[in-house]
Amino acid sequence: MVTLSSDPQAASDMQLAPEDLKFHVRNVRVSYGEKEALHGVDLDIAKTGVTAFIGPSGCGKSTFLRVFNRMNDTIPGARVSGEVLLDGEDIYGPDVDPVLLRARVGMVFQKPNPFPKSIYDNVAYGPRIHGLTKSATELDEVVEKSLRRAALWDEVKDRLNEQGTGLSGGQQQRLVIARAIAVQPEVILMDEPASALDPIATARLEELIDELKDRYCIIIVTHSMAQAARVSQRTAFFHLGHLVEYDATNTVFTNPTDSRTQDYITGRTG
Amino acid sequence: MILGFALSFIAMIAGGLFGRHLAISQVGRTGETGSAGPNRAHSLPKFHGYMLAWHIGFAALGLLALHGFRRDLLSTPWLIAGLALTTLLAALHSRRIIKPELRARDYVERYVRISLLLCSAVAVLTTFGIVLSLIFESARFFEKVSFLEFLTGLQWSPQTAIRADQAGQSGAFGAVPIFAGTFMIMAVAMLIATPIGLMIAIYLSEYATAKVRGIVKPFIEILAGVPTVVYGFFALLTVGPAIRGLAESMGFAVPTQSAIAAGSVMGVMIIPFISSLSDDVINAVPQNLRDGAYALGATKSETMTQVIFPAALPGIMGAILLGVSRAIGETMIVVMAAGRAANLTGNPFEAVTTVTVQVVSLLTGDQEFDSAKTLAAFALGLVLFVITLILNVIALLIVRRYRERYE
Ligand SMILES: Nc1ncnc2c1ncn2[C@@H]1O[C@H](COP(=O)(O)OP(=O)(O)O)[C@@H](O)[C@H]1O
Ligand SMILES: [Mg+2]
Repeated sequence: MVTLSSDPQAASDMQLAPEDLKFHVRNVRVSYGEKEALHGVDLDIAKTGVTAFIGPSGCGKSTFLRVFNRMNDTIPGARVSGEVLLDGEDIYGPDVDPVLLRARVGMVFQKPNPFPKSIYDNVAYGPRIHGLTKSATELDEVVEKSLRRAALWDEVKDRLNEQGTGLSGGQQQRLVIARAIAVQPEVILMDEPASALDPIATARLEELIDELKDRYCIIIVTHSMAQAARVSQRTAFFHLGHLVEYDATNTVFTNPTDSRTQDYITGRTG
Repeated sequence: MILGFALSFIAMIAGGLFGRHLAISQVGRTGETGSAGPNRAHSLPKFHGYMLAWHIGFAALGLLALHGFRRDLLSTPWLIAGLALTTLLAALHSRRIIKPELRARDYVERYVRISLLLCSAVAVLTTFGIVLSLIFESARFFEKVSFLEFLTGLQWSPQTAIRADQAGQSGAFGAVPIFAGTFMIMAVAMLIATPIGLMIAIYLSEYATAKVRGIVKPFIEILAGVPTVVYGFFALLTVGPAIRGLAESMGFAVPTQSAIAAGSVMGVMIIPFISSLSDDVINAVPQNLRDGAYALGATKSETMTQVIFPAALPGIMGAILLGVSRAIGETMIVVMAAGRAANLTGNPFEAVTTVTVQVVSLLTGDQEFDSAKTLAAFALGLVLFVITLILNVIALLIVRRYRERYE
């Protein structure tokens, strides 16, 4: 058994067996220029299921999420230090190619961002650049399978050649998920994926996340505590760049140890 | 005229002060406008002043216009007298109308709007004036030369038309060779400007560090600010001879003035247009598309060529079309470096002539303005105007459509 955290502040009873471990994060700090946004985070992420990051706006949830696929590399002036192991391998190691890492760790953003291409080409984009398929029929299969998994196939199967940008917001977000799935990632990161969607599209998205959770390791940032409670099995609460509490979602919401967590989930801080 | 303007201005200021003074004496100072009561004024005293100043201004504008166009009707002494009289009348009039309940503020707002409208009318009327004069003069030209011959004729030699000893001969006004020359030079210019301008835009927006951008951008702006005359003699004295020298060393005879010399220098002139407009549209592609591509494991160049470039393509097309319309309308470089011979040729190493060059050469020198030769310039100008207008409209439509897509 691995103890979750060496940080006494993030007191937790959460323990993960080594074989259940996907990410192992120790003392991760991220700074933008002079300003440090994350002040040393320790946390382990399980292989399957949904882990939710919650906390007030600006506390560093997105910054931390971008640590897992090295998207912070694309931000000028951002620096990451600490240890992040994916299946035991340091993803910030000198011989790790962030381009290949991102094929293993997919990401879905706050605002749906389909490319201005056809629905088909959106989903086929990842397999094409990574050369994952050998033939056109195989690519067709990957596209169909990904769209099915993203619960979008039935809605778009007759108009795969139409622009992806012409879909509704909720469909676009599922298209983007299909696009990520098509690269056969092991992990899917989601940064407030429902914040631009209406309640019905949000419900569909949450259903989808629930279906995907057995196959993928999913990490979701959300500002909605109700959403975290609905979709996640584990929840991490961040505050001002610190990981404050990390535990089974149930425990965090019913019996938080830290007073800051308690204040946040009862709505006393925002 | 200047005296008239100065006097009107002084009259307006004096009127303003007088109106304000009147209003104060009628309704008291500012404080009372806010208070409810029988004597409550609608507008602050200053608005009464502005109103009177504007009345004087409008009257003066009318007098000045009359003086400017028909000096025989309104000579300078009469202008001064008229200004004095209208100022006096306006002042007397305002003595009658300035009361607490006068809605001076509303009048002032309306006058402001009218004045602004007059200013924009200047632009609209000028455009109409130019178009109308082009159309009328061209119509006179087409009385002498048939429209069809002008548009399809392969022979352009307007010079023969005015020689008295060849009175029976009407000259040849087939515009095909000069439009062909125009398009050839434009093609050479765009072949150079499009790829280089695009590469610059891509480099600056996606690859360059802030420091490099800080160095490169000012240089591009300098390029955009070089007067076209300077480009012209650069083409004539440097590029033309260099091309001729190079061709001769390979055993070809090439004139100094050639389509390729003028076109390549014009291409350099257009680079900043393409690069800065394309830079704008590439920057307007939302960051989240880049993030989406990177997050799928796309490399920087894959992101650029497969996601950002297609997304920006409509805007880039717009930039290119604007460049084309610049190239077609450009005059100075071609006058100096392209030559005047109306050759119908597909060889860019020969001298060709362009529409703008011909307009210049048709109109320089002292000619009467009713020969076919000089009127031909208007017909050429009209066709050129229509072409660039269409290009600009298409380009602007494309660019606007593209902007909307990423609101
Ligand atoms: N690209 C960036 N450049 C500079 N500072 C940033 C950048 N992104 C985030 N930050 C800062 O880092 C902190 C954490 O931001 P973020 O991770 O976006 O918070 P959250 O997602 O929890 O709202 C904030 O103070 C924010 O201002
Ligand atoms: Mg965020």
